Parts: sequence; structure tokens; C-alpha cells
Amino acid sequence: MSTHRLLPIDPQTGRARDLRSLASHAAAFGPLPILPPSADGHPGPLIEAIAESRLCGRGGGWFPTARKMQAVVDSAAGRRKRSPGSRPVVIANAMEGEPASGKDAVLLAHVPHLILDGIQAAAATVGATDAYLAVHRGTPSIDDLERAIAERRSDLVRVELITPPARYVASEESALSHWAGDDTATPVYGDRPFERGMNGRPTLVQNVETLAHLGLIARHGGSWFAEVGDAQAPGTTLVTVGGRVRQPGVIEVPTGTPVSDILARCGGVDGPVEGFLTGGYGGAWVASEALWSAEWAPAQVREAGGVIGAGILWALDAAICPLHEMARVATYMAGESAGQCGPCRFGLPSVADDLTDLARAASTREDLARINARLALVVNRGGCKHPDGTARFIGTGLTVFSAEVAEHLGGGCSASRSGASLPIPKIRKTPVKRAGKDFR
Amino acid sequence: MSKQVRRQLHLDPTLCDAHGFCAELLPELIDLDEWGYPVFIAGGLVTDVPEVLAGEAKRAVTTCPVGALRLTKNE
Ligand SMILES: Cc1cc2nc3c(=O)[nH]c(=O)nc-3n(C[C@H](O)[C@H](O)[C@H](O)COP(=O)(O)O)c2cc1C
Ligand code: SF4
Ligand code: SF4
Repeated sequence: MSTHRLLPIDPQTGRARDLRSLASHAAAFGPLPILPPSADGHPGPLIEAIAESRLCGRGGGWFPTARKMQAVVDSAAGRRKRSPGSRPVVIANAMEGEPASGKDAVLLAHVPHLILDGIQAAAATVGATDAYLAVHRGTPSIDDLERAIAERRSDLVRVELITPPARYVASEESALSHWAGDDTATPVYGDRPFERGMNGRPTLVQNVETLAHLGLIARHGGSWFAEVGDAQAPGTTLVTVGGRVRQPGVIEVPTGTPVSDILARCGGVDGPVEGFLTGGYGGAWVASEALWSAEWAPAQVREAGGVIGAGILWALDAAICPLHEMARVATYMAGESAGQCGPCRFGLPSVADDLTDLARAASTREDLARINARLALVVNRGGCKHPDGTARFIGTGLTVFSAEVAEHLGGGCSASRSGASLPIPKIRKTPVKRAGKDFR
Repeated sequence: MSKQVRRQLHLDPTLCDAHGFCAELLPELIDLDEWGYPVFIAGGLVTDVPEVLAGEAKRAVTTCPVGALRLTKNE
């Protein structure tokens, strides 16, 4: 059974095919069937195939897509009686805020029409009258995407390309809905987008990989989708593999594939690796041996102490100081706070500063205790999950690399090579004081 | 039949400006962190309010200068 579903491979080159034109797309995937839309407060009939597929969102949360769609339809139906102007909205999330992720960019560059098919399928299913494709400002494929959208003549809902700022939290779903409505990309607390999103309308936010899978489910059905992969979260999934592997990049595998197989597909690890980063900078570190034997499916990775999140698997080179890497990422994440909530705005920078001292081997046991106490203080207290993800990244790292922490507390560092490994976009030293032009 | 009323206090962390009045009025439910922001002792951003504190909770809601607190009642 082929597992190259989203990204068909060119047998000649062994690489993903370029299916940017509508003609090549239609030839490779076949036509998109007619999609009867949602009516009378019920989802469109495709909902049954989506439920049967057990498709879960690939943007990080792995939430069942059919359930989110049903929630959007229900909230629109409940609202229509009172305010007729609240038809649903679909927002396709191609922001790919995680710096170590590459999968959404690969989809945009190779199979944009599969994403656009998925947007049409989602819009029909929830009865949306407006649809947006959000790519962060400065994305190289923007012109191609405009062209792809213009090429499509039979779409029921016109897709508008929007370009929020390339800030980590701008791609959180309430921030995206906020941006689509009034050009401010800060997270909104309280209203959940499926109830009150863009301009108060029920808003379905889905990651573009989720939507690309939907484009295939619309063609082949739900049981076809679930033919491969893990029983609970079936199908294939994209993994961005990076760090100390011979051929880093994005690969498509069935969920439930052993991590050792994923690494083998990327040429194997290229030197000693003590820990893996799973899920990204809002994800979790896992000790090498614990992850090696796990299967790449949400429940199994969680059991190993990690999180699939946006599908990132990063093998940290054991020669590099993990605490130095963690301090760089923590500083970046602290600077990405939208600055709206105290624990995030003050807590993250203070933890990042303490971690920087620890990386320099300039900390005491009390300093370490303070980091741990503050990590507990930033969790479950933000308007969005940005501080929670960051705290998990730091907390799991301190545990997985506890031997290195002890070394640093004693004034040493066992790194044999200086230098940085994890990619960091521009670092802002302090979060914005009040959300302003940075988020516009 | 006596009705079971569940009162809950909700904090919107994006609005709160660390004025701290709420912790003064409801020390049984709210601490302040080192930056002056309220911490619900039971954790999270929503906390149950026992009957005896209902009046104080209402006062906290009206005293908060930025409207970051909200009280709900379910039966
Ligand atoms: C701080 C933060 C950043 C996020 N960044 C992204 C992102 O870059 N891309 C994405 O698809 N989802 C991101 N998410 C998750 C979205 O809020 C949302 O859950 C997701 O797009 C829903 O799509 P899915 O159900 O298809 O996974 C982020 C969440 C948080 C809390
Ligand atoms: S938790 Fe941080 S990023 Fe999220 S809304 Fe609050 S300040 Fe913004
Ligand atoms: S009174 Fe209002 S602004 Fe002041 S700490 Fe409490 S919730 Fe925050």
C-alpha cells in the first residue's frame, strides 16, 4: 500500500512531484467530486466519511476533525435564530509557526490544489461562505498560491490569501481569527473560534495538512483513509526530521510507524544522540532510548514522554550543549509572547534569563529551584497555550538532560563542540508591552 | 428541594493588569505571584466560589478596574 498519499513521488528522482498546476494536480489525484453543502443546520454529507476516517488535526493538537466541524455547524445553527449574519468561516492554517517545521511549506510548494480542495470540502461540510488561506508574511510561494487560486473556476467559495505577521503566536487559532477580522494577530481569550471566531462568526481553523488529507477523503472516502496507520489516529502523516540525521527533511509515513524506521528513512542518525525534541518549541524532549522504540502516533509518543504536535522530530547532536540550545529557544519563545498576560509576559523572560545563566554554568541549586517554581507558575494561566508549550519544552529538557544540568551546577559543561543547532528566527529580547504594531 | 448553586469566578488573563484588589478581597481563593498577578489557589483561570464568599466575589468583580473578573452561577 502506497504511503505517498499527499506527496506523490517522482520515480525518476525519488522526490515529491511538482503538482502546482491544476492540470497536473487533476491528472495525479483525479477530479474532486461534487460536494453537497451543509443545509438546515446539518453538516454536509461528507461529515460521515470524515467521521469514519477518524482524521485528527495535524496542526499540533490532533483533535478529531469531524467533531470540530460538527461544533461549528451546531454553533451556527444555534445562532442563526438570533442573528442571521453569522454564517461559518473556514481558515486554513499554513502559518507553520514552529521554526523547526517544514511540512506545510512542502505542501504549499508541491500540492497547493490539494489544500484548496480540502478548503472547498471543509467549507461545504460546515456551510461556510468565506474561506481564507493564512500564510505568514514573506512566504516565498505566495505568487504561486495566488496563481493556483486564480486557476480554479469551479470553487463554490472563493479563497482569499491572508498574510499575518510571522510571529509564533499569530498562528494560534484565536489569533488567526482575530487577524482575519480586524488585522490584529494577538490571541483572544475566552471565545473559542468554533463558537465566536472571525467577527464573532463560527470559525473552523484547520491546519493545511489536515485539509490536504480532507481533499483525499472527499475523493476516496473515510474507510480508505483509515486503511493505513494507527488505529486511534489513522492515515499518513508528515514528519519534519532534523538535527543529527544524514538526510533531514519532510517525509510522509503512516501514523504508528516506529521512530527507528522514520530515522532510517532519513539515512539514520549521524553520530551520538542523547535526546530528541518532539513536536517543536511548544513540544517535549525525550531521552533517546525512550523514543527510539516508540511508534509515531499521538498516544504512543505521549507514553514515551513526548508529543507529536506539528510533526517535528529533531535529533540533538550529543556533542552540543543541550542547555545552551534550550536557553536560545526559551529566549526566542519569551520574546514571542504577545505580552497580554502577566505570567507569559514576565514569567517566560525570567525563566529564559535563568536558563541562560545555567547554560553558562553560572547557576546555583537555588537558581534551578527558581526555574522550576516559575515553570509551574506560567502553566494554565495564559490567554493561550504559548506559555504552557514553552514550559513543557523547558521542563522536559531539564529532566532529560539532568546529567548535563548537574555538570553545569558544578561549573562545567560536557559539550565538545560549541555552536548552535536548532533554528531560531529573529530573537526579540523582551515581549511587546502591549500588543501593537508587532502584531499587525 | 434545595437547589445546588455552583458559583464560579473567571479571570481573563489578557485583561488583568495586576492591580491586586481581588487577592485582597478574596485571600481564601486568590494569591498574588511575584509579578503581582492573581493566582487562583485551586489552579487554572476558573475557580469555584463557596456560598460564604459569594458576596466578596461579587465585590471583587465590581472592584476590578479593568473588568478582568466575571462571576457565573449554574444551577
Ligand atoms: C502558540 C500556538 C501556536 C500555534 N501555531 C500553529 C501553526 O503555526 N500552525 C498550525 O496549524 N497550528 C498552530 N497552532 C494550533 C492552532 O491553534 C489550531 O489548533 C490548529 O491550526 C487547528 O488545526 P487542526 O485541527 O487541523 O490541527 C498553534 C497553537 C498555539 C497555542
Ligand atoms: S499567554 Fe502569552 S501569547 Fe498567549 S495570549 Fe497571553 S500573552 Fe499572548
Ligand atoms: S483586581 Fe482585576 S486587574 Fe487587579 S489583579 Fe485582580 S483581576 Fe487583575
